[in-house]
Amino acid sequence: MNAEITGIVLMFLGTILLAVPLGKYIGKVYAGERTWTDRFFNPFDKMIFRLSGINPDKNMNWKQNLAALLTINLAWFFFSMLVLMNMSRLPLNPDANPSMSADLAFNTTVSFVSNTNLQHYSGETGVSYLGQMVLMLFQFISAGAGMAACAIVFFAMREKATPHNSNFYNYFVKSCTRVLLPLSLILAVILLFNGTPMTFKGKSEYVSLQGDTVQVARGPSAAMIAIKQLGTNGGGFFGANSAHPLENPNYITNMAENMSIFLIPVAMLFALGYIIRRKRFAWMVFGVMTIGFLLLLLPAVYYEMKGNPALQQLGIAQPHGSMEGKEIRFGSAASAFWAITTTCTSNGSVNAMHDSLTPLSGMFAMLGMMINAFYGGVGVGFLNFYVFMIIAVFISGLMVGRTPEFLGRKIEAREMKIAAIIALLHPLLILTGTALSSYFYVHHPGAAAGWLNNTGSHGFSEMLYEYTSSAANNGSGFEGLGDNTQFWNISCGIVMLLSRFMPIIGPVAIAGILAAKKYTPESAGTLRTDTGTFGIMVFAVIFIVAALSFFPALALGPIAEFFGMK
Amino acid sequence: MPKINEHMILTDKRLLLTAMVQSFAKLNPRSMFRNPVMFTVWISTLIMIGVCIWIGAGDVSQGSLVYNLLITIILLITLLFANFAEAIAEARGKAQADSLRKTREETPAKQVLAVGEMFVGEIKLVASSMLRKGDVFLCEAGDIIPMDGEIIEGVATIDESAITGESAPVIREAGGDKSSVTGGTKVLSDSIKVRVTTEPGESFLDKMIALVEGASRQKTPNEIALTILLASFTLVFIIVCVTLKPFGDYAGTPVTIAAFIALFVCLIPTTIGGLLSAIGIAGMDRALRANVITKSGKAVETAGDLDTLLLDKTGTITIGNRKATRFHGIPGIDESRLIRAVVLASLADETPEGKSILELAGATVHTYQIKDPVFIPFTAETRSSGVDLAGIRIRKGAADAIRLLVTKAGHYFPVEAEEHVRAIAGSGGTPLVVSENETVLGVVELQDIIKPGIRERFERLRRMGVKTVMVTGDNPLTAKYIAAKAGVDDYIAEARPEDKMNYIKKEQQSGKLVAMMGDGTNDAPALAQADVGVAMNSGTAAAKEAGNMVDLDNDPTKLIEIVEIGKQLLMTRGTLTTFSIANDVAKYFAIVPALFISSLPALQGLNIMNLHSPESAILSAIIFNAIIIPLLIPLALRGVSYKPVGAGALLRRNLLVYGLGGILVPFAGIKLIDLLISNWF
Repeated sequence: MNAEITGIVLMFLGTILLAVPLGKYIGKVYAGERTWTDRFFNPFDKMIFRLSGINPDKNMNWKQNLAALLTINLAWFFFSMLVLMNMSRLPLNPDANPSMSADLAFNTTVSFVSNTNLQHYSGETGVSYLGQMVLMLFQFISAGAGMAACAIVFFAMREKATPHNSNFYNYFVKSCTRVLLPLSLILAVILLFNGTPMTFKGKSEYVSLQGDTVQVARGPSAAMIAIKQLGTNGGGFFGANSAHPLENPNYITNMAENMSIFLIPVAMLFALGYIIRRKRFAWMVFGVMTIGFLLLLLPAVYYEMKGNPALQQLGIAQPHGSMEGKEIRFGSAASAFWAITTTCTSNGSVNAMHDSLTPLSGMFAMLGMMINAFYGGVGVGFLNFYVFMIIAVFISGLMVGRTPEFLGRKIEAREMKIAAIIALLHPLLILTGTALSSYFYVHHPGAAAGWLNNTGSHGFSEMLYEYTSSAANNGSGFEGLGDNTQFWNISCGIVMLLSRFMPIIGPVAIAGILAAKKYTPESAGTLRTDTGTFGIMVFAVIFIVAALSFFPALALGPIAEFFGMK
Repeated sequence: MPKINEHMILTDKRLLLTAMVQSFAKLNPRSMFRNPVMFTVWISTLIMIGVCIWIGAGDVSQGSLVYNLLITIILLITLLFANFAEAIAEARGKAQADSLRKTREETPAKQVLAVGEMFVGEIKLVASSMLRKGDVFLCEAGDIIPMDGEIIEGVATIDESAITGESAPVIREAGGDKSSVTGGTKVLSDSIKVRVTTEPGESFLDKMIALVEGASRQKTPNEIALTILLASFTLVFIIVCVTLKPFGDYAGTPVTIAAFIALFVCLIPTTIGGLLSAIGIAGMDRALRANVITKSGKAVETAGDLDTLLLDKTGTITIGNRKATRFHGIPGIDESRLIRAVVLASLADETPEGKSILELAGATVHTYQIKDPVFIPFTAETRSSGVDLAGIRIRKGAADAIRLLVTKAGHYFPVEAEEHVRAIAGSGGTPLVVSENETVLGVVELQDIIKPGIRERFERLRRMGVKTVMVTGDNPLTAKYIAAKAGVDDYIAEARPEDKMNYIKKEQQSGKLVAMMGDGTNDAPALAQADVGVAMNSGTAAAKEAGNMVDLDNDPTKLIEIVEIGKQLLMTRGTLTTFSIANDVAKYFAIVPALFISSLPALQGLNIMNLHSPESAILSAIIFNAIIIPLLIPLALRGVSYKPVGAGALLRRNLLVYGLGGILVPFAGIKLIDLLISNWF
């Protein structure tokens, strides 16, 4: 087998092999069972709870849990705004980087609180080390908050679930200390050994062979890169993200970083199986997600390795595939693999320019974010999938002549209303945002001048990608878009906020309401949700609800470009 | 009841005409607003009418008038088709209900005027509509019973064929569980006094007619949830279509209003939206055709979800009463002696058991010549009956009663008889021991006869996921044996009314939906407690009031049909929703390239159906969208067929037929229409 393909197969299989035991470990952590890490973390967690005056054993209902989640997010929001707008006056700023403008600080704060990590600034020049570290804190807490929300839903799905049976604070702290922290430590050490800097010193300077003086940005980056990968954050230390040689020095680090992207999202599924004691169900979810993921991945890898048709027509040989915007040290297959993993999981870190992906690969990357449930972000990916499952259960329940039941609980109008709103939100935000920017671009050419690097279909894809990335809390950019303007900062900020919290509130509410309902044991007439047939049904719902609503937009962007290049 | 033939309905000109008139009447916005999906089509049609007027006034940016007019007309037809579906379902239901109602048109009633508390006073002829709840009327042989009521005095044979279609007359009498009479039925013999139990216009039938006619039809919870889902799909497609305008501006393609509207109407689930209420009405109508009157649409739906079914043993699982099946002689006694004795003892026994003994022996009253028989009736003390002839005392009765009799006289109770008694009881039968002059002659075996085919029906229920529970007054041993033989999953032996109630409550507490049938007043609390309570039409008023369905045929196995009707109702909704949404794939491929092909010729690659032109593509898609509605009306009315093959297999089958079919059919359909119209567009 081709070495490039072997590389991505290894990454894929390796991640799943690691995710199975990790998932069981996460399940045990949430369920409060004994694990080998208790020794280190019990005293640590106890201290945190004592300092913050929280009783982690208090049983809360879904409303209390959501209130806790939203209030602490609000507190972080103000804290971050304060730091980012005053960086020039605060310590740890050796390179004397400026404070952010209000709209950029708003965008950045929302972006990091919402686990999006859309960056309308460049790390080298836009933030101080203090700013970077505050952002890094958010990379932990936004990931932890997502995982905690997911854990609340897991516990509500249990057979014996009652409305009061979870505690957001408990899951949140444990996610950070017992899952994210140790894994980040391991990844950071791997990165350190491969040359990623970890220092508080300012830029270093060297004289190149040509005699030019070159300033090289550095900083406490290994720590941040680790959590940005593991927490599906994606906000890089440097502007070029993981394409930067210090952020991602070689193929080994690339493998480690890429596997970290979807390690926890996959592990969460096995945690689900462990917590609700339905392994088959977890494997069904895993199966649907994996098939969806592969359907996006395989053609993307194919088109990237095949090369750019425009260059082909010029008679230029492309033995390494389409290499525009890619790093030689990774190659086209690994770059395509990264592009799909990072978009499917709402991570958003990049190791190649997505702007330069061949049209259909670009479309598959966008589809990954439009669906946002093939693995998805840590915790939140499953929450998105949960909404699709509710809709699928409803329709398929009707198809077998039974009022729909999901894991023994009846789905009625109230749950459908919430699920429908959440499923609706994603296309609403993406399409409305893109429509708004298209409108400005056409009707106010003065204000929108300089937005787009390209005209025509590709330019359209740049705008579509930006809103898709915001709405999926992904944070990767198609780049080529002049996005640090008030319009983009504010509109993307609003999109990120809504699309972060609504899809958390919705599933937590549905699960909470369902947990309060009577549990009906399964009978021969009950539709089993852990079968391949049901998996197909969920897949069909995802395809028709999530993917097809974007069909006209995709037709104008990447599809038109694809047929145009043929 | 005269059954109305499916075929006849769809071709009955008068019905079709009524439905057509109704489809126009239903265009009024207030009735359209009840259905959000079709309401958006209604608004779209108005917009298109506006566009046509605008073009008529000289606008040139929106394409030709003919094309726009065509789109407008097709939209209008789509609306009419959807209205027609609802109207034809209503018309069918009404025709069905009318045929029932005809039986109870104005009839003269002999009202008994009250003197104080007593109804002994004079009789006055009034119109049946004058009767109020609590009034008492008299019915004599040949009278049509004017109103539903309960017999308070007398017994009569009644011809109920007008309601049930069953020609054999039935006996109804005051007191007990067979005291109810239905308006429209005819008294054949004797006379009865009946107390009116419902106000005029409030009988079950009146309620059902109101449900079918839509006046009081409320959406069921399931229908509401589905409407929410459909409305949200509609909203998504509003967003998709509205945002296409700036996208089109960006791409430099002017998109006509007609194209937007066409895309929108094609994408929203008009197929299921248009058929939704027809499906619901058809469900109740199917119940009515099975001679079951439902008090709400919800009850039919709930029936589809049932987990547990409580059935009375007698009359449901077994035929009426026990029958003698075998004579067991004991050694040393001639069997013909036993038969003769037992026949003589049963001559005066009018119980079904007694008659069945004669039947088994092949004897009649005249088989044996006897003189001056003195028949000893059954009493609770002796627990035996028999006959005294000249010097011969024959008795038959329960084993311990005869044993007492025999041992008292100093005789012994034979071991062989003891063995037979034990064996019969163990196999679910009832032993009757026969003695002559206090000497045991043998044992008669009485057995419950299980209805033929009942086992298969229970098996079918089991495959549907419904647990069956037999309720009987028998002892646990007998109950267990019959339960096993009939194939029910559980039984309640030595049941008292409160046992039923407790069983229902217990099942409900573990989250199950329970149905039961009953007719007696003491069944009423359990009927009310059950999620689906089916009262027999012959039952007491209390039972009928407590249940949420009334079975006109008094057929206890009717529940099986009701469960299937409920499942069909839900399935029809589910499969047509799937079909409707799956259709979108092809419609996208028809319309999206058509929208932008003028400015982005590369998108020709998406025109995988190779449709003739943008106009023909758009027209084909909305024509397909319109005609699929009437094509599916028969399916909506008939219901998707239900097979108890387990939920997984059912889902696979329906997903294949309506999901995959829903994706493929429109590709073929749209292409075909395009071929037909490509000469003009």
